[in-house]
Amino acid sequence: MKTIYLDNNATTQVAPEVVEAMLPYFTELYGNASSMHTFGGQVHGRIEVARAQVAELIGAEPDEIIFTGCGSESDNTALMSAVECNPAKRHVITTRVEHSAILNFCKHLAVKGYRVTYLPVDTLGRLNMDALLESIDDQTVVVSIMYANNETGVIFPIEEIGKMLRDRGVLFHVDAVQAAGKIPINLKELPVDMISLSGHKFHAPKGIGVLYVRKGTRFCPYLIGGHQERGRRAGTENVASIIGLGKACELAKKELARGTAPLAALRDRLEAALLKSCPDAVVNGDRENRLPNTTSISFEYVEGEAILLRLNEYGICASSGSACTSGSLQPSHVLRAMGIPYTAVHGSVRFSLSSYNRQSEIDRVIEVLPPIIRELRSYSPFGRDKFEQYLCRLDAARAD
Amino acid sequence: MWEYTDKVKEYFLKPKNVGEVENPDAVGEVGSIICGDALKLSIKVEKATNRIVDAKFQTFGCASAIASSSALTELVKGKTLDEASKITNQDIAAYLGGLPDEKMHCSVMGMEALEDAISKYRGVKKVVRPEENIICKCFDVSEEKIRKTAIENNLKTVEGITHYTKAGGGCGMCIPEIEQILKEVWSITEIKERPVEKKKLTNIQRMALIQDVLEREIRPKLKADGGDLDLVDIDGSRVIVGLRGMCVDCPSCDMTIKGIEARLKDVTGQDITVVTE
Repeated sequence: MKTIYLDNNATTQVAPEVVEAMLPYFTELYGNASSMHTFGGQVHGRIEVARAQVAELIGAEPDEIIFTGCGSESDNTALMSAVECNPAKRHVITTRVEHSAILNFCKHLAVKGYRVTYLPVDTLGRLNMDALLESIDDQTVVVSIMYANNETGVIFPIEEIGKMLRDRGVLFHVDAVQAAGKIPINLKELPVDMISLSGHKFHAPKGIGVLYVRKGTRFCPYLIGGHQERGRRAGTENVASIIGLGKACELAKKELARGTAPLAALRDRLEAALLKSCPDAVVNGDRENRLPNTTSISFEYVEGEAILLRLNEYGICASSGSACTSGSLQPSHVLRAMGIPYTAVHGSVRFSLSSYNRQSEIDRVIEVLPPIIRELRSYSPFGRDKFEQYLCRLDAARAD
Repeated sequence: MWEYTDKVKEYFLKPKNVGEVENPDAVGEVGSIICGDALKLSIKVEKATNRIVDAKFQTFGCASAIASSSALTELVKGKTLDEASKITNQDIAAYLGGLPDEKMHCSVMGMEALEDAISKYRGVKKVVRPEENIICKCFDVSEEKIRKTAIENNLKTVEGITHYTKAGGGCGMCIPEIEQILKEVWSITEIKERPVEKKKLTNIQRMALIQDVLEREIRPKLKADGGDLDLVDIDGSRVIVGLRGMCVDCPSCDMTIKGIEARLKDVTGQDITVVTE
């Protein structure tokens, strides 16, 4: 059975060109970039080429790029650096819909005595800008907000927020793990101090991340040791992955130049067909401001894990924000923060595409999913009518 | 990804007995759409023999919830109500070749739906206790359910309780309370670990020990729930008790007796049977 991979916000296929670029660094070019001999030293030059490729993708200078081990490390480093460089300030602002690398780090800061504000979002997953403005005070050291949400694809107004924060002298970190490679990012125009990226979300391998730190931003390293990354991140460079990431950035740049319309059209084809053929299905999130590759659809009265496992039988890979898939017995924190009604929150399915997807694959999903939803609904004691009856009975029982 | 057995996959992909029995004699319902899973079990009972002749289910939930519900219907069909009422969540899980720990609550949901259907059929009005102590507010789990599930499934950790009842799996505020309940339920293990009681007991020692455990541990817990018991007699390995207060007519009195029996077996190291007078 052929795999139909529509879970690209989880991870992506490593591009064949990336694999090819990496291979020599596992075999003949195994030197250490810090060595004095040419054999090792030549690797250093190649790392710098990759650094320039990464910088080129996001409109940065090469020396603003720090290679890290993953997106989570970049996120942790950014927040840790912000608070360590500004010990007098004890307030951090983030949102309720961030990745756990930010949310759990903020919890950790709270334990250490920091005040943390978690900004709410509305039912479309949009940020409440007034709440952001109101929460900033003279103790605020850093604001960390994601560029785009992993579950809904909703894009936050990073430029607007950045301008607001720059006026107030507050550091701004952006977790751009889901945005990089999917939409253009130009740090020459974007008033942001730090940005996190993760290679495996755009066709580089797992285990390589980037932290961009704008020139002039005070920085404290998280991983302390050797002089690698100009003393900002110790540890012998993950050379092959750095080379691979550079190549992936080059490919992404070309892909973005071609435009994201074809990808968005494919996503829209899937979304429109499913909404048409499945009653009581709704799109989660702001459809006007979304990544071109993502759609989160809630199928009411059915449960997400059941949908995923039925799709799995057809080799179709997607993900869900339901309780049974979140590993916490509660539906995803993102959908809960948005206040998605409980008839819908357990039945969410996220499809995230990449430029490797073909229309035939999308059409296969359009063909097999509606009968799955119909069948699972036929098992369910709930449904629009059944649910209303159920509520009546519940009321009657309470009145008893 | 969950490690489901082939049997779970089979009962999820092609569930047996989906739907509602025509003119059901009883319908058991548990769970809610808010919590993420719900099960409605309808049964048909042959009056003359008290035998369940048909059973169907409707389930909102994940793969293991659907498979557990379907397994439940297969398990109860053809059984008398008395036989069916002995089915536990462990039986449901075993029928499916086991469930991942995190999914055991699906089997508990099956058992509860069956209990609900049987007590409705028998016309036993659910004991409404306004003072019922809800421990986990996220998933509406009572202290009684936590105690019962802990004893029946030999659960000693909060994680275990969460896997079987969901309690503590939401905001986590109730975790200290669950820890306390577990401490109370398993206080017996401390006694068991005292090496002196591992020795063979004389008749008098055994009787004294049984009396002591009932007085110091069992009765205070029953009293906390408005119940009580008297030790009527000890006849060899048979311990005869009389239930008092809320314990009389309590739908879970069988469970209580089983729990006491297990404890007494534990402390005496002998095969004790507890019966009511």
